[in-house]
Amino acid sequence: MRKSVHVAVAGSLVLALGACSSGGGSGSGGSGEEISYWLWDSNQVPAYQACAAAFSEENPDVSVTIEQFAWDDYWTKLTASFVGGSGPDVFVDHLSKYGEFAAQGQIVALDELVEKDSVDTTIYAEGLIDPWRYADGSLYGLPKDWDTTAFFYNEAMVADAGYTADDLWSADWNPEDGGTFEQIVAHLTVDANGVRGDEAGFDKSNVAVYGLGINPNFEETGQMQWANFTGSLDWDYLDENPWGTRYNFDDPEFQKAVDWFYGLADKGYAPAAGVFSEETLTQVGSGKVAMGTNGSWATGTFKALEGIDVGIAPGPVGPTGDRASVFNGVADSISASSKKQDAAWEWVQFLGSSACQDIVAEHAVVFPAIPESADKALAAFEAKGWDVSAFFSYREEGRTFLPPITIRAGEVNAIASVAFEDIALGNKDASSLTEANEQINAVLAD
Amino acid sequence: MSAETSTRPAPPARAARRRSQEVRNLPAALLFVLPAGVGFVVFFLWPTLRGIWLSFTDSTAFNTGGFVGLENYQRMVADPVFWNAFKVTIWYVLLNIGLQTVLAVVVAVLMHRLTQSMAIRGIILTPYLVSNVVAAMLFLMLLDYQLGFVNELAETLGGDRIMFFGDQSLVIPTIALVNVWRHLGYTALLLFAGLQTIPENLYEAGRVDGASEVRMFRSITMPLLRPYLGLVLIVTMIGSFQVFDTVSVATQGGPANASNVIQYYIYQVAFSRGYDFGYASAMSVALLVVLAVIAVVQFRLTRANQNDMA
Repeated sequence: MRKSVHVAVAGSLVLALGACSSGGGSGSGGSGEEISYWLWDSNQVPAYQACAAAFSEENPDVSVTIEQFAWDDYWTKLTASFVGGSGPDVFVDHLSKYGEFAAQGQIVALDELVEKDSVDTTIYAEGLIDPWRYADGSLYGLPKDWDTTAFFYNEAMVADAGYTADDLWSADWNPEDGGTFEQIVAHLTVDANGVRGDEAGFDKSNVAVYGLGINPNFEETGQMQWANFTGSLDWDYLDENPWGTRYNFDDPEFQKAVDWFYGLADKGYAPAAGVFSEETLTQVGSGKVAMGTNGSWATGTFKALEGIDVGIAPGPVGPTGDRASVFNGVADSISASSKKQDAAWEWVQFLGSSACQDIVAEHAVVFPAIPESADKALAAFEAKGWDVSAFFSYREEGRTFLPPITIRAGEVNAIASVAFEDIALGNKDASSLTEANEQINAVLAD
Repeated sequence: MSAETSTRPAPPARAARRRSQEVRNLPAALLFVLPAGVGFVVFFLWPTLRGIWLSFTDSTAFNTGGFVGLENYQRMVADPVFWNAFKVTIWYVLLNIGLQTVLAVVVAVLMHRLTQSMAIRGIILTPYLVSNVVAAMLFLMLLDYQLGFVNELAETLGGDRIMFFGDQSLVIPTIALVNVWRHLGYTALLLFAGLQTIPENLYEAGRVDGASEVRMFRSITMPLLRPYLGLVLIVTMIGSFQVFDTVSVATQGGPANASNVIQYYIYQVAFSRGYDFGYASAMSVALLVVLAVIAVVQFRLTRANQNDMA
């Protein structure tokens, strides 16, 4: 869940200005308390402004100011604001980040509040609330929405290659030869002379259209890169997730899959590291890439690409017989330093209730954590003519799994991202992950 | 500069009168020093001392930790990323300062010998008026592999596209050149000020003796510019060691640590990797020591405190 660098920087500049000049937020004003709420996805701002308005109607003495900062700046700003004691009262929190904040005592454990107001935490879709219990068992966020990843493809290019949506949906994959998925990717690849990737005379040094785009996001989760593939192996990130202490990047099957994934660039089917500095959204939008991984949150921006009709297919069925995706849940947390704890808790409760999640559903940007609201979102997406069933397919007939959740996630991310990028750059092969795995395990054992 | 202007010993009575006058002026003097003094203590001295203290603790961004002795320094010595960052930084400084200084001398001499136009001096300074972040973003767009103007141009002219920021061996030279572009005019202007202190009659004498421009540059300009050049080198090199914004905006230390310079690594350790203020402070102290040593050595080598004109 991140925007690429350029967008992030540009966005933060614009928003920093916006934040300065606008001052007041979406709240209905009034003489009462004003609480601040931070989020990173600009597409969701209108939905939450609508939520804030509804909230202020119910609680006339509290108004909510929404501020948005792009992913890359978001966590830096949040950390800095915690250090400086000027953090938001409530903010959108991420599974891979909250552990550190909880460990450092920067976010509030919600258990007592939940008990006091007898909030029903069973209303959320299965598996969404448990990862928000920290290693000590305390709850640090109320689920708001979830996401999975799938393949966004250029419909015209897929049709030109002679494929239908069904072909993409029924693709299979294995780490040895890539299965029918690799055949499709090869056939979608076209060099400057119009020769396809699986045809004789294909010039891999002069590719006009890559079959598969690769996001420049090197992460321990692999969510934006290889996780749809490795998830369909009999493999998981950790010995136990959440709060495991041993990573499994040293698994030979996993390493084989990683070598296969980054090896697509050597075959000319995918852009080499550095060719695109932006995400698959821009890659597909440029017409130089036929298909690329991205998250359900990006649906609206893909559909808004001008002159390109985009379809969405789920990840291929792998050796385990299942298609697979990271199932990531986002939640709202309360800053420990907030001086308006009561109002903040009211707002978090409202965000976690169907009252707000139904409003978010209507905006058709993400899938809310409450199943009934998620169904409404699905209907809202369909009303726009967007088929987003790929994102649900893993829940219905495949495997979903959590991103790796551990303590000291920042340190883990720093080690893993360099290790994976080294492989993509061709400096090392995937067997080098064994060493990175040892480093990570040493960090976790510390 | 400090060539002792050997003051004649003043008669005792006058010396005493001056001393009493100095004492009377003390409150006023202190008043004048106060604003700068407060700034120095609050923004330089105190943070430096606090940083040195933090480097001996296990403090995090959120919590003040306890004393851990040399643990952070031991970790630093054993940290391959730290040594890589140092190597990358030195490579950057060599490219950046080497190129920038040579070009700045050329530009300064050209300004000095060829033109007196204020407009041209102004134009030469303009890149310096662009903020680092804006400059980095500008070049990020210009040099983008897919959409960048420079790569479009290269391809139109029949060349190959170049991965300026995406190639491990090109990323540091690219960042170095971006910053040369930005700082060249400013550095040249500093040297130009130095050139203006060289008396014109030396060049006249040179011309009378039939010396060429190149010979006059070697035998008149360079020796007399030396103290200014020394000072400029010290100041720009310290700035160069602290490169951060361009890296933060353009590459975030990538690809795969190829541009992870020391300041960026310190920042990462303190604010995104583990909020580890103790370790980040230890690395900052190491950088401080290195910079201090470099400044002293350069000062000595270039004899920046002595002027051959005296």
